[in-house]
Amino acid sequence: MSAEPVPAAVRQATAPSPVGLAAEGVSLGYDGRRVIDDLDLAIPPGRITAIVGPNACGKSTLLRGLARLHPLEGGRVTLDGRDVSRMPRRDVARRVGVLPQSSIAPDGVRVADLVGRGRYPHQGWFGRHSSDDDLVVAEALAATGVADLADRPIEELSGGQRQRVWIAMVLAQQTDIVLLDEPTTYLDVTHQLELLDLLTQLNRERGTTVVMVLHELNLAARYADHLVVMAGGAVVVEGAPTEVLTSETVHRAFGLEAQVIPDPVSGSPLVVPIGRFHS
Amino acid sequence: MTGATTGASLAGADRGPAADATLTTPTSPEPDPPAATTVDVDGVTRARRSRRRRQALVIGVGAVVAVALALVASSFGAAAVTPDRVLGVLFGQGDRVDRFVVLELRLPRIVAALIVGLAFALAGAVFQATLRNPLASPDILGVSTGASLGAVWAMLGLGLTGAVVAGFAFAGGIAVAVVIWLAAWRRGLHGVRFVLVGVGMSYVCGSTIAWLLARGEVREAQSALHWTVGSVSDVRGEELGLLALGVLAGVIAVAACARVLAPLALGDDRAAALGVRANAGRIVLLLAAVALVATAASVAGPIAFVALIAPAVARRLVGGGGAALTASAVVGAVLVLGADVIGQFAIPGLTAPVGIVTGVIGAPYLLWLLARTERTRA
Repeated sequence: MSAEPVPAAVRQATAPSPVGLAAEGVSLGYDGRRVIDDLDLAIPPGRITAIVGPNACGKSTLLRGLARLHPLEGGRVTLDGRDVSRMPRRDVARRVGVLPQSSIAPDGVRVADLVGRGRYPHQGWFGRHSSDDDLVVAEALAATGVADLADRPIEELSGGQRQRVWIAMVLAQQTDIVLLDEPTTYLDVTHQLELLDLLTQLNRERGTTVVMVLHELNLAARYADHLVVMAGGAVVVEGAPTEVLTSETVHRAFGLEAQVIPDPVSGSPLVVPIGRFHS
Repeated sequence: MTGATTGASLAGADRGPAADATLTTPTSPEPDPPAATTVDVDGVTRARRSRRRRQALVIGVGAVVAVALALVASSFGAAAVTPDRVLGVLFGQGDRVDRFVVLELRLPRIVAALIVGLAFALAGAVFQATLRNPLASPDILGVSTGASLGAVWAMLGLGLTGAVVAGFAFAGGIAVAVVIWLAAWRRGLHGVRFVLVGVGMSYVCGSTIAWLLARGEVREAQSALHWTVGSVSDVRGEELGLLALGVLAGVIAVAACARVLAPLALGDDRAAALGVRANAGRIVLLLAAVALVATAASVAGPIAFVALIAPAVARRLVGGGGAALTASAVVGAVLVLGADVIGQFAIPGLTAPVGIVTGVIGAPYLLWLLARTERTRA
């Protein structure tokens, strides 16, 4: 579906046999209204992929489809070449972790307990926590920097801390692929950066494949190895941000006039919108 | 607990040795994360144990209170039997009169109260946890009212008596649950919709009962009225055995699926991400809970508010945001036995069925809950 050829660097990462998560001819919709039609996408393993696009372009729907949170109307999602819908849910849950947009924390639940619930796919019938579970939970708490909050009720935490706890829960699930649906939405700019740094750290230290839907184009361009730009339910272009994020791409996907300059900090593309009054 | 252990155990289960090798390198060129990085396993274990201890404490204290209430209930009454004589009877001693009074007259009622309370409370806890709504309990949703309607219709509409009436009560409870289900299902069960349809069904059943009672003969209506209030006074013998068996089956079914409640409490998306079939798990658990309510209501009638209150009390006592199923069951058993003791002995010369007592206790609680919900929403 991509309008431009996939860059060689990414090709190499996905070769030789299909590894990791991929959408093959996937169609998704809501109550008969098609949002995405026959979409192909291969998620490069061990990399950070950001999916961006205007509102209602289907980026969250695509992520939900990849995460089995939304039923497919056509096509299939594969994990290492195997159809995910034919795999036991528990096996998939041990490979793919998901941070959905909305989460509910039960009243009074404490941080360590909540993070421990990420162990669910690794536990037996009776769901008893073992000391191994405790170790994984403790490590997840430490990795996200919320170890000192372990015994606090979740409702006492700030938005940034809460999001870290949810990420810790996904870490406790010990998956090598993590999908995140707009993880920075309710965070201020400091916490947005903190969270994206954390995800980068996980990716670099553990080789975790990170896939996230992001609103903020410039943060996506800075943090992603692989950028997927969507519009109207289709992939407009995908590839390394420096190669694909041009003013022409921004115009095609967002209908926005913008200059794209190198980010003075990271060298990644920086989209500077023009607007009507400042040309 | 850092370094090698960290890398090895946090590595994804399916990745190769190459990935592990990079993970076990303790000195990374990356800057350290801003906050604490110490891995405090003992802290996590401690927190988990303290959660479990608190739960065990609530269950243990509840069991002690239940035993104490049972002793009170088997001592008091027209023929007083002192607690030491009650214990004697229970250990196979005591004279014939004492044995008859305790074992034949009082013990069945006590056991019935405990089992019925356990069943209603466990069902309520399951409803509230799976539908994520503290108001969603089988008595508010009309499942118990459906059971009364079944019984009242069998007696006044069809002129039946005896054990068949209990069968109709069971069928009534199940039927109401099925109707709510069909009306509320929209690509899955969603809490608020389910509750609204249930409250509506509860009114429909209530009005139909009132109509049946109004057009019935006065004497028949009097005996049918028992099924609209809830009482454990004449549950004995075979009926008690059936109650125990039915509730045991329900408890086993709930226990077998209770594991999904922890992920389910985090929302359907999150549960699905953890590998749970949210709707399937909910259906099985709710079916078991409906069977529990219908069984209990088919011998004791709808005992008001137990399914609503007992889980709320248990969750508050246990804390930590869990479903507190076992604690709910214990609290429910204590609540019904306690209410039955109050109904029999609190006001000398006046006895009230247990359903009246729980109603008097429960109504203010419901009002308080509604008021509090309004305030937190505002």
